Amino acid sequence: MTGNGYLQIGFYLAALLLFAWPLGIYMASIYQGDIPLFIRWLRPVERGLYRLAGVSDADQMHWTRYAVALLIFNLLGLVVVYALQRLQADLPFNPDGMAGTTADLAFNTAVSFATNTNWQSYGGESTMSYLTQMLGLTVQNFLSAATGMAVLIALARGFVNREANVVGNFWVDMVRSTLYILLPLSLCLAVALSSQGVVQTFSAHHTATLMEPLAYQQPKLGSDGQALVDDKNQPVTEKVVTNEQSIAVGPVASQVAIKQLGTNGGGFFNVNSAHPLENPTPLSNLLEMLAILIIPAALCVAFGIYIKDHRQGLAILAAMTIVLVALMGLCVAAEQAGNPLFERLGLATQASDLQAGGNMEGKEARFGVVNSALWATATTAASNGSVNAMHDSFTPLGGLVPMWLIQLGEVIFGGVGSGLYGMIIFALVAVFVAGLMIGRTPEYLGKKIEAFEVKMAAVAILVPPLLVLVGTAVAVMLDAGRAGIANPGAHGFSEILYAFSSAGNNNGSAFAGLSANTPFYNTLLGFAMLFARFWIIVPVLAIAGSLAAKKRIPPGAGTLPTHTPLFVLLLIGTVIVVGALTFLPALALGPIVEQLQMHGAH
Amino acid sequence: MLKEFRPALILLMALSILTGMLYPALVTGLAKVAFANASDGSLLESDGRIVGSRLVGQHFSDPKHFWGRPSATSPMPYNAASSGGSNQGPLNPALAEAVKERIKALKSSDPTQTSPIPVDLVTTSASGLDPHISVAAALWQVPRIARERHLSEQEVRTVVIAQTEGRQLGFLGEPRVNVLALNLRLDKTGTPR
Repeated sequence: MTGNGYLQIGFYLAALLLFAWPLGIYMASIYQGDIPLFIRWLRPVERGLYRLAGVSDADQMHWTRYAVALLIFNLLGLVVVYALQRLQADLPFNPDGMAGTTADLAFNTAVSFATNTNWQSYGGESTMSYLTQMLGLTVQNFLSAATGMAVLIALARGFVNREANVVGNFWVDMVRSTLYILLPLSLCLAVALSSQGVVQTFSAHHTATLMEPLAYQQPKLGSDGQALVDDKNQPVTEKVVTNEQSIAVGPVASQVAIKQLGTNGGGFFNVNSAHPLENPTPLSNLLEMLAILIIPAALCVAFGIYIKDHRQGLAILAAMTIVLVALMGLCVAAEQAGNPLFERLGLATQASDLQAGGNMEGKEARFGVVNSALWATATTAASNGSVNAMHDSFTPLGGLVPMWLIQLGEVIFGGVGSGLYGMIIFALVAVFVAGLMIGRTPEYLGKKIEAFEVKMAAVAILVPPLLVLVGTAVAVMLDAGRAGIANPGAHGFSEILYAFSSAGNNNGSAFAGLSANTPFYNTLLGFAMLFARFWIIVPVLAIAGSLAAKKRIPPGAGTLPTHTPLFVLLLIGTVIVVGALTFLPALALGPIVEQLQMHGAH
Repeated sequence: MLKEFRPALILLMALSILTGMLYPALVTGLAKVAFANASDGSLLESDGRIVGSRLVGQHFSDPKHFWGRPSATSPMPYNAASSGGSNQGPLNPALAEAVKERIKALKSSDPTQTSPIPVDLVTTSASGLDPHISVAAALWQVPRIARERHLSEQEVRTVVIAQTEGRQLGFLGEPRVNVLALNLRLDKTGTPR
């Protein structure tokens, strides 16, 4: 890697941690109900929303009621997104005349956005109307993120509350997350992005006159509108010459801002943030990358302040950062080392001030290798899933990094809220394991960790791997699953494993060669996303409720301190051991064998 | 259960209006006022016609023009109505075939150019719409352009360097050349709309 590569990575990490600090303080005061002066003018809007909905912010909920409110709210959101897609042809804000989507695609997309996964079975610019993008997808980007933040705050209350059987009010937590945190940040980011060239318009596509007329083969359609095939079942094509380019546009900046900040990741365009109108410059790229991790990082700070021991939040942030940096380095190195094929063919692949070099297949020239690998690591550490390069074309080792980060359970920063509550679950397991080793009742942040909490933690940790491994096994055994594979050999298996890892951990990125817009994948991945989201949220809320009911015990001589470097290592160890033991066999069949083939075959 | 249904429905509607209508409308208004050209797709025009977007590449195969990154969009390259990458894995034989084809085309466009071809010139971009190539990839094509246009290599190189976008703020991203802007410049046409 060049000196500039180190500089860019270092600057990104420094800026991230620097901005996370004040944002964390701000968020903590929001959740403590102490709205800072400069944003207090939004207070009437907040109160108006409660009055309209008949909600009282003093009304504290038992964890089961909190969970029911959350589930109903998310279910209704899911229904709206489904309906918008099915009916979009007859609804306004559809200047390019998109047709309604199929039932399986609408289901998959609705689940995908309601669960903060934002897996995309569709190509945005060729499938969704502007209304669906705004009123369906953008709205769920906000609300699914706010849902994750609400669950985290409920869990934090589990540690703070003493002998209470309440964990807060879902409506208040959700509204405050949206109104005071997500909306203002998105507004600033959206305007900043549009200054760089991210499109934001309601007008239909533009038509440009090409500099050179373009001849291409176009599939010939029969009188029934279906593509014709010859007797060998190959599509019949005809030569067409055009001198026009149709450029898709739309309300992109507003959606991209929240897609990054809410760790959603569903792009306006098919290729997501690789699209030059969604991510046009290195600066827009930096801003979008910061937006991916800023709230998950800041929530660690906010959590520490909220439980009145900021060292606890910093310890978790440190554990996340260490794993992130290690895997980031591996991914950049693998992509810069590149594909030996290119050297065999006599190409220039050395990085210099004149070119990025390395593995440039599926990467954009303005981002090169460093920013593509950096993004791939950040977006999969967080449950964001937006991409600025095609992960499917990464080197085997370079592609293993994002896949494994997803499989670790989306706890290295993770989704907004969901990453930290996931990591706290791992912390519970870590103190439990440590407690077994030293023979003391485990406790965490002043609360005893007993059988119920550990059972719930086990459910939350075991559900995603189960979905990933069983889903992958089913798909590779069925013709309908294998039919979607684009690349031959071990890489084809990786495509399927990545898809289920992504859905089963609510990430949303893909080895995009896989043809996933089929009833088989839309349905199976849709259910994987649903289970992955809510089979973690409900156990986490159960833990919150159970902890809230407990006494707070002062730390004693036998208490394992949970803010020390030792605990940071223990936490990292727990995450890595669970992730490695569960997925190493599957990874060996995919990226690991492919890496060996790449260097051994020639 | 039913008790939570009313707030769920009302808050979903109210927040949908706020985040799904008012917010995008506000961003659109602000962007239009502050960054009119950028928020409308960074269009370039010539004699009142749109000749492209500064941010969206076009396909070039005329030896007089600089060529851009290979594009994997279908049915035609640089299809800005349907972006897409090749998604070919590193060991996919189709990738090796495609790269060999592209090397052949470049070499036959300029048999006298014997220096190694920069890798970005024969690998597809992620979006299929990449407007840029590396500076090395532009310089590699200079001798051909000079010969085809009856210019000296130095003259062409000067244009390339003038069109080179360095790292943003001095350190972000990669140095690159906008192919459409460069070719428009050579043909002396096209201005921001």
